Amino acid sequence: MSTSQSLRIGVLALQGAFREHKRLLESLGAWVTEVRLPQQLEGLSGLILPGGESTTIGNLMVEYHLDTAIQDFHAAGGAIFGTCAGAILLARTIHGTPPQFGVQPSLNLMDITVQRNAFGRQLDSFRTLLDVSGFGAPFPAVFIRAPVFKAVGEGVQVLAEHAGQIVLARCGRLLAGSFHPELTGDARIHELFLSMSREAQAAAAV
Amino acid sequence: MLPLMSDQQTQQGTTEIKFGFAEMFKGGVIMDVVTPDQARVAEAAGATAVMALERVPADIRRDGGVARMSDPSMIKEIIAAVSIPVMAKVRIGHFVEAQILQALGVDFIDESEVLTPADESFHIDKLKFKVPFVNGAKNLGEALRRVAEGASMIRTKGEAGTGDVVEAVRHARAILGEIRAIRVRPFEELMSVARDLGTPYHLVQYVHAHGKLPVVNFAAGGIATPADAALMMQLGLDGVFVGSGIFKSGGGDLQKIEQRARAIVRATTHFDNPDILAEVSENLGLPMTGINIDSLIPEERLASRGW
Repeated sequence: MSTSQSLRIGVLALQGAFREHKRLLESLGAWVTEVRLPQQLEGLSGLILPGGESTTIGNLMVEYHLDTAIQDFHAAGGAIFGTCAGAILLARTIHGTPPQFGVQPSLNLMDITVQRNAFGRQLDSFRTLLDVSGFGAPFPAVFIRAPVFKAVGEGVQVLAEHAGQIVLARCGRLLAGSFHPELTGDARIHELFLSMSREAQAAAAV
Repeated sequence: MLPLMSDQQTQQGTTEIKFGFAEMFKGGVIMDVVTPDQARVAEAAGATAVMALERVPADIRRDGGVARMSDPSMIKEIIAAVSIPVMAKVRIGHFVEAQILQALGVDFIDESEVLTPADESFHIDKLKFKVPFVNGAKNLGEALRRVAEGASMIRTKGEAGTGDVVEAVRHARAILGEIRAIRVRPFEELMSVARDLGTPYHLVQYVHAHGKLPVVNFAAGGIATPADAALMMQLGLDGVFVGSGIFKSGGGDLQKIEQRARAIVRATTHFDNPDILAEVSENLGLPMTGINIDSLIPEERLASRGW
């Protein structure tokens, strides 16, 4: 059995594009499950927080204490990849939430400052080719009402920028992207995340 | 208006970007709102988008007359009030209303049978627009014709403004049943299937190969309770529109309305978990009164609009 076959990855399935992530991970040989409640995190090496609406997913995460369970999952050695709304949920600081909403629920795990809807509305959504650090060829990236990372803390590695804005970053077992690698069929970022999960699993087994 | 290519690397308004955006709504609830305050309530309750309109379908039914696109000023106020996507409705075939909504920056246009049709033969050529469209459908042929015209999302028509889920169930079962039937047809029969459905051959081939529509498929028209929402999800739809069902409930008690909105959001996520469905269905106050579908004379049925 190859290592990727033994990797167990969860996809947060409260709302959004979770099926696309599941399909892509399965095509890479991972065992994938949908996560809606805390107990479904058991035995996983990695977790993907998909795109969708960050306010919706955040609310649903808090209601069944999945937020603290995901924080515990990370503390216990799990790897996490947030895309678009998922990256917003990872961030320590979120800009662009309307004032009446109050404090937007977040996992507060990654030292990044995220600006929501940074490129504008749906009419401003776009596809482009990104140069990603460590990749030989450009990565096709779809940005949908996408956020950007206005600032990153110490120890956060910037992996890609677009128009001078940070759009992909890594910090230890955390990966955050403001675009949708699950929509364009290029599996390289998911492969990167599987290798992070594999490392996390190996470290936890020691 | 045309899909714009600002340079060789960057594209906007393409089918990939429109379909991709529609995928982000999956597992979510899109709520009809008539004021910025209602939009804020919907966002706080966990709506994935709001549909900005002047009157919810129940009131359109009550008032009669011609129902049109909403006043741009109220749509702008709702856009300014929330951070989630804002949708708005145009009349079937009214491509100028669609041009106006696109100019306002709405995120999605619903070419809707809830408004009075502007064209009795033709729908909007949606491929011309950068903004994505959602259309209603009662059966697979209708759904695929709308996709061929450029719709990025399909919803059941149901029977809006009634609070009666029976038509949404009928349309969901029709569409999903026809998809299942095509899935098992031998390939050589697909051209005749396309002829019978009145729909492009390549889309029938897509359904045969994938067992689903090429776009997301939502429930709409008559959903009033968390159980209704979960029913539509268990039948196999991707998400839910709730029109009159939220802000016409609870006898106008805002706390009950908020609670129902939250409950429908939770029920759509945890649609296959009866314990959670039981918990969220408690103490929601009165649902919208509703109209039994059988009491509507054929001319009052909105679902028959669209061609």
